[in-house]
Amino acid sequence: MRKMKEKIMKSVFLTAACVLIAAVVLICFFLFASGIPAIREIGILKFLFGTRWKPSNDLYGIFPMIVGSLCVTVGALMIGVPVGILTAVFMAQFVPKNLYKPMKAAVNLMAGIPSVVYGFFGLVVLVPFVRETFGGRGMSVLTASLLLGLMILPTVISVSEAAIRAVPVSFYEGGLALGASHVRSVFYAVVPAAKSGIFAGVVLGIGRAVGETMAVMMVAGNQAVIPKKITSGVRTLTTNIVLEMGYSTDLHREALIGTAVVLFGFILLINLSLSFFKRRTK
Amino acid sequence: MGKRLMQKWRFYRRDPKSLVLSGAVYLAAALTMFALLSVVGCILIKGIPNLTPELFERNYTTENVSLLPALINTLSITGLSLLFAVPVGIGAAIYLTEYASSGSKLVSAVGVTAETLSGIPSIVYGLFGSLFFVKYLGFGLSLLSGALTLGIMILPLIMRTTEEALRAVPDSYREGSFGLGAGKLRTVFSIVLPCAVPGILSGVILGMGRIVGESAALIFTAGTVAEIASGVFSSARTLSVHMYAISGEGMYINQTYATAVILLIVVILINGISNYIAKKIGGEAANG
Repeated sequence: MRKMKEKIMKSVFLTAACVLIAAVVLICFFLFASGIPAIREIGILKFLFGTRWKPSNDLYGIFPMIVGSLCVTVGALMIGVPVGILTAVFMAQFVPKNLYKPMKAAVNLMAGIPSVVYGFFGLVVLVPFVRETFGGRGMSVLTASLLLGLMILPTVISVSEAAIRAVPVSFYEGGLALGASHVRSVFYAVVPAAKSGIFAGVVLGIGRAVGETMAVMMVAGNQAVIPKKITSGVRTLTTNIVLEMGYSTDLHREALIGTAVVLFGFILLINLSLSFFKRRTK
Repeated sequence: MGKRLMQKWRFYRRDPKSLVLSGAVYLAAALTMFALLSVVGCILIKGIPNLTPELFERNYTTENVSLLPALINTLSITGLSLLFAVPVGIGAAIYLTEYASSGSKLVSAVGVTAETLSGIPSIVYGLFGSLFFVKYLGFGLSLLSGALTLGIMILPLIMRTTEEALRAVPDSYREGSFGLGAGKLRTVFSIVLPCAVPGILSGVILGMGRIVGESAALIFTAGTVAEIASGVFSSARTLSVHMYAISGEGMYINQTYATAVILLIVVILINGISNYIAKKIGGEAANG
């Protein structure tokens, strides 16, 4: 009796573990089963490199969205990565003791704020700001980059901070012993040693920026054309799906799922490079 | 004080690079805090005056975009998602830590899938949910479709935190339990799991935070009906989706601010609880 029970529960736990694998398989299957035939019907080159997205004319080129996603991600990194890493250095090495806890709580809170709230903040604060300072309509690559840069900060900060803290104190002390100042020991001995961990944080940040949907949609303008200036509107892969999924039918709908397949491909690439960095850290 | 400043000044004059670097560090930290304060401040300052009692009425109408139905729906979707994700996540973690041999193929396969799942953007989850739960299984735009989609989304988080908590339980506890003649199952349920509760709980709370904040994955799975859901098969919008919906209409800007305040308060509460639990676990965990 007891043996039976043990065996049954073991298989219950095993099933639970297999649910995760099943979830990934199902997600891949359902996306690929509707996305890939559509991509094939449109033509893979026309789909990936076509510059015109006009579902009403049966033109399904997602190149503008790929460029859009790249633009806002690069923009977000240019803002979020330096600020994030330096803040992480501050929190790991510079912070006065009584300031650490509130700051950590603040960063955690930043990570927890829903993306619609960020999006709304972008809409009421950043959009008018960009419109008045840089011209244009305000909904632009620049606005989306600013907002995304802000949104990836907590990811970059927490992962980098953990990486910097994981560096043995002897590195820092060794720096001091050789006559280097606090600042120099931190920047020339400790931070380089935390390099792969910091990279992992940046890669996670890239993942978050590429995958963000609602906040970007609220501030990016969403024109399906390749942006010419940083003040022109932009549409990303993610927003393309949300904007049109509601009313699309047939090939249009499948082309949107095809967009998700491309997005999924990007995310898999990012994940692969992440596990590469993680392995290097170990 | 003045002497120390002079010393610093002399030091930095000899080493301007250090001055630039440390200046950049302080500037970045200030910038981060400024960004957070401006988001929170902007929402609170403009939102709190708009928190009117009408926003908490039972029915949503176009004149009064009450947020109470959405708040209630958020609770039910959170509950339903956890009902799915918590047992599965904990079960999977138990299998990985207590049963599987550490080098087994399954362990690494589950590890890889968990990593993949946690990297997938929420809109892709939403699309999958609408293809699988809504269409293929025929649940329609409903609370259930939304909850299951979100359940899969937070599954890796719950599993990972539980796994960590279980691994942190010293082996001597297990050995002691076996030594007293308890079976594996009994050891797991009466010795290992109780020790791991705080860790598991913090994972669950983090998962709750993600559910409350989620919107992209819900629009095409749970839909946007602004009424209190009458059952698991009726469509309903959560607070985040509600906020998105009314922010797009332009005429409800004040109500959107107010909704944002409620969302922020929920998030702050959730953060506070998870900090409290982390502190209970003690030591380093409280900081990380």
